[in-house]
Amino acid sequence: MRLNPFDQYQPNHSSIHQLDPRVKVLAAVLFIISTALLPDGAWLAYALSWALVIIITLLAHIEPWLVVKRSFLVLPFLLAAVTLLFTLPGSVLWQGPFGLRISDYGLLRFTSILLRSWISVQMAVLLTATTRFPDILHALRHLKVPAVLVSILAFMYRYLFVLTDEVGRMLRARAARSACLPGKKGGRSLLWRAKIAGHMVGQLFLRSIERSERVYEAMLARGYRGELLTMNPHFMLTKDWIGLVMSLLVVFAMQAAGRLI
Amino acid sequence: MSSFISTFLLLHIPDGFLSFAVAFIAWMIILGFLIVALRKGQQALDDRLIPLAGIMGAFIFAAQMINFPVAGGTSGHFIGAALAFIVLGPWLGLLTMTAVIALQALLFQDGGLLVMGANILIMGVIPGFIGYQVYRMGSRRSPRVRLALGGIAAWLAIMGAALATTLLLALSGTTTLALTLSAMLGVHTIIGIGEALITVAALALIGRSRPTLLEAGADHGGKTWLVTGLIITLLLVMIAPFASGHPDGLEWVAETTGFTDMAQESRYQLLPDYTLPWLGETPVSTILAGIIGILVVFVIIYSISKALGRQKRLKNTGITGME
Repeated sequence: MRLNPFDQYQPNHSSIHQLDPRVKVLAAVLFIISTALLPDGAWLAYALSWALVIIITLLAHIEPWLVVKRSFLVLPFLLAAVTLLFTLPGSVLWQGPFGLRISDYGLLRFTSILLRSWISVQMAVLLTATTRFPDILHALRHLKVPAVLVSILAFMYRYLFVLTDEVGRMLRARAARSACLPGKKGGRSLLWRAKIAGHMVGQLFLRSIERSERVYEAMLARGYRGELLTMNPHFMLTKDWIGLVMSLLVVFAMQAAGRLI
Repeated sequence: MSSFISTFLLLHIPDGFLSFAVAFIAWMIILGFLIVALRKGQQALDDRLIPLAGIMGAFIFAAQMINFPVAGGTSGHFIGAALAFIVLGPWLGLLTMTAVIALQALLFQDGGLLVMGANILIMGVIPGFIGYQVYRMGSRRSPRVRLALGGIAAWLAIMGAALATTLLLALSGTTTLALTLSAMLGVHTIIGIGEALITVAALALIGRSRPTLLEAGADHGGKTWLVTGLIITLLLVMIAPFASGHPDGLEWVAETTGFTDMAQESRYQLLPDYTLPWLGETPVSTILAGIIGILVVFVIIYSISKALGRQKRLKNTGITGME
């Protein structure tokens, strides 16, 4: 059994951690929308946005490297954007082998996409690092996301650990059955190996569906009436309102910096 | 690092790679789908819906850890979009995939928040439509034919998702369509084969153990998918004006192998005047067109769901009516 390998929450008692989750979810989403709306080449606005990310990281006592490390998630998609470097028309900045050229507009566009995406992902990382997942779900509920959808998410979160443990055991069992002498080729043909993996998926599906039936019976037995109740109500305090107003101001300032200057 | 690979395989677009207009329109379309899916799901399952969809979401997530060695240290992965729709039916499948995508975005930043609508479209609606529809074609055929169709459905679902990802990226001006299209479809042709093999084996096992599950999944849904067809057509119509500026489609894909030629000629005039025109800004006209499209979609969804609502409630969908 592994201990909660998924939770990105970094426990702490900073002012950011103690903000109402609704404010944090709203502020993060607004920030990400605002970043997406910034025009290309708005370097000042990008710099300010990133400075904001760093300030929040420091205020929340989170190690900056952790945020940066997790933001590398965007890297694979850069492969798609890299094509812009070579294909957008513009004055040639660099002439490489095989007739490859990098145009100034291509570079501008590519760098802008890279920075916008990188800053947005860092903000999303900060949100999960400073807010417990159940609190995020609770906030979504208060922000008028349909109750059923939020409950489905809560259930999925709850059983993520159970089912990944199940898969871990299945994978370990397969590894244990697949012993082979060193230097010898283990397993049979590719098709056979795919079939084994497929049977594991099918088996996991059957176990999951049977589990969901058992869980439902258990819920009924405990008096489930179609709604999940929570025991940690949230109240908007003065500091939460201040946080909300500040994040709105910041978003407006970013847009102003990106568009006017 | 596993999540690093999965972002690429699962086609979860991060924030910042889609323009605001594209992300917004995708959200609006997905909201329409989700409203119908939630209503259908609750009609069919009552409050069983929550544990079932939640645990199925966890199943898809966990099953994505299952891999098999291919050659030279690489391995085939399971993605699960088609399987979810084949065994759970379209609406429950959509709710399940929505939960998977939302959780991956909220918990792991695997896929963005603003672009989540687009990601649900890519990994939920499109593979769901393709996979489910292809599998359903064999509902009166022998089990062997149905299994083969399941494999084809899984492969097509992955290809459809890869195609949709590329189109949305190109529509946002964050990639060069021709280059990325051939690369994405090339990579996912192979990923899709692994997915198809696993899906067939999983379907075979489920069919042997609880055959009623597969029959039930193939039965319900029916006409409602007409709506999806219409919506996807609408989407393509919206994309078409963008794509028609390019030379004939086949020509492109063939020519992308000659990577260097492309770069020299730079014949795809995304920017006619070498200024910074519509790409960075959010074009008002696109949003307007999108809003009109959404209105049409809403009217269609509403009228069809109303027509279906008059029919009897689907009580035993088979998924839970096993007793």
